[in-house]
Amino acid sequence: MLTLRSAPASPQSNTLRPYLNAVRATLTASLTLENFSSQVVERHNKPEVETHTSPEVLLHPLVVSRNESERVLIEPSVNSIRISIAIKQADEIEKILCHKFTRFMMMRAEGFVILRRKPLPGYDISFLITNFHSESMLKHKLVDFIIQFMEDVDKEISEMKLSLNARARIVAESYLSTFA
Amino acid sequence: MGNTEVAVCANSNEAQIYARVGDAWELQHTLAEHDKLITAISWAPQSNRIVTCSQDRNAYVWTPTENGWKPALVLLRINRAATCVKWSPKEDKFAVGSGARTIAVCSFDEENNWWVSKHIKKPLRSTVLSIDWHPNNVLLAAGAADAKAYVFSAFIKGVDSKPEPTVWGDRLPFGTICGEFSSPSGGWVHDVAFSPSGDVLGFVAHDSSLNVVYPSGPGAPPTAYISVKLTSLPFLNLAFTSETQLIAAGHDCQPIVFTGSSSGWALSHSLDDPTSSSSRPLTPHGTGSRVPSGGVGRLGNNEAFNMFKAADSKQLDS
Repeated sequence: MLTLRSAPASPQSNTLRPYLNAVRATLTASLTLENFSSQVVERHNKPEVETHTSPEVLLHPLVVSRNESERVLIEPSVNSIRISIAIKQADEIEKILCHKFTRFMMMRAEGFVILRRKPLPGYDISFLITNFHSESMLKHKLVDFIIQFMEDVDKEISEMKLSLNARARIVAESYLSTFA
Repeated sequence: MGNTEVAVCANSNEAQIYARVGDAWELQHTLAEHDKLITAISWAPQSNRIVTCSQDRNAYVWTPTENGWKPALVLLRINRAATCVKWSPKEDKFAVGSGARTIAVCSFDEENNWWVSKHIKKPLRSTVLSIDWHPNNVLLAAGAADAKAYVFSAFIKGVDSKPEPTVWGDRLPFGTICGEFSSPSGGWVHDVAFSPSGDVLGFVAHDSSLNVVYPSGPGAPPTAYISVKLTSLPFLNLAFTSETQLIAAGHDCQPIVFTGSSSGWALSHSLDDPTSSSSRPLTPHGTGSRVPSGGVGRLGNNEAFNMFKAADSKQLDS
């Protein structure tokens, strides 16, 4: 398994950009899918990256990692690609929020079309793009969607954390004010 | 026929024949017999027959009659999807590549009035993705998902007369392996093609490589094996226009011309470069620059989200 590590730099946005660029380039290169009927099961057409029955049509999985907690695993194959994202979780609250957030999305996976119902072990959320998705949707929009998701999920979780803290403070204040 | 009709399959289980009427293309016939995706269509120009193959493991030979095209089932004897099909230059046989690690070479059996097949099995270890016929009607090139391109003999007794010796070999019983070439970095072979003379084999692989092989003779290593590694996305198709020029196209959405000889091949130019001003905007733009989308997936401007976000302070205000 190969690992790409973006350069360690100090300001946040400076490391986010090369990280997302590396993910974007890898996704663009791996989204070269074609219709590939199963050579193991008769009259079936399955995502090879999920079945793992024909090793010759699988490519090397690639990890793009920004730091220990933020990384993306991209597993390409002839007719499907699986993208697993580990989301930054700095403390217990972020862990809970991240779990709730990804669970909310994965329970509605069919609404998101390319979302996988379960993440890969070690990751928080997984996407599965097959050749049927890339036939019916624009490839660069699919890449944009993944990148946008990665950009937004951190913002979303820190936003939720802020409102949670604010709410906790107000609740504590109003509770304690009765003893004042 | 006469460059006025075309058979297409719109990613479904039906093939459609369009004819040129004035400046437009008009649907003439629909060939509906397959029950899964049609993977390849080949139209024999002289004998006016169409062969289609599909992921339902079948192939049909269509012949025109007064009441439209009539299908005839081919006894392929394969148990996985058929992936590619091509008529031989003399149009007396065709080859079908399949996911059953087999190439079925089919010829017409006059006695029983059906198409029968002979199988090439060894040494294929994976799905056959592409095939191409040598102009001598006997040799067959195949590209497979095990990252190899092969050249076989598809000589069928009773159909073919003894072929002239070529650089690929002189004694050619059915199934003889005349060449076996690997792609440089192990990508599956998307397409194979012989040059017009048949003395040169080109193939494109998923490792974004274009490979051209000049064989020297049976059993001997090739005179030249040229591999052009590209920075673009992989090619899916290639076609020789002459001995020194070929066109390849693939996931980059633009046909690219290559020129060369046994001393080397190089990229010449693109036929539809989206960055040059003269090209029409046919191809979708690459993914280099992102167009900011108004906020789909962003919850920040959402009314419901803001209501919940403000819910904590609400209690105090009231």
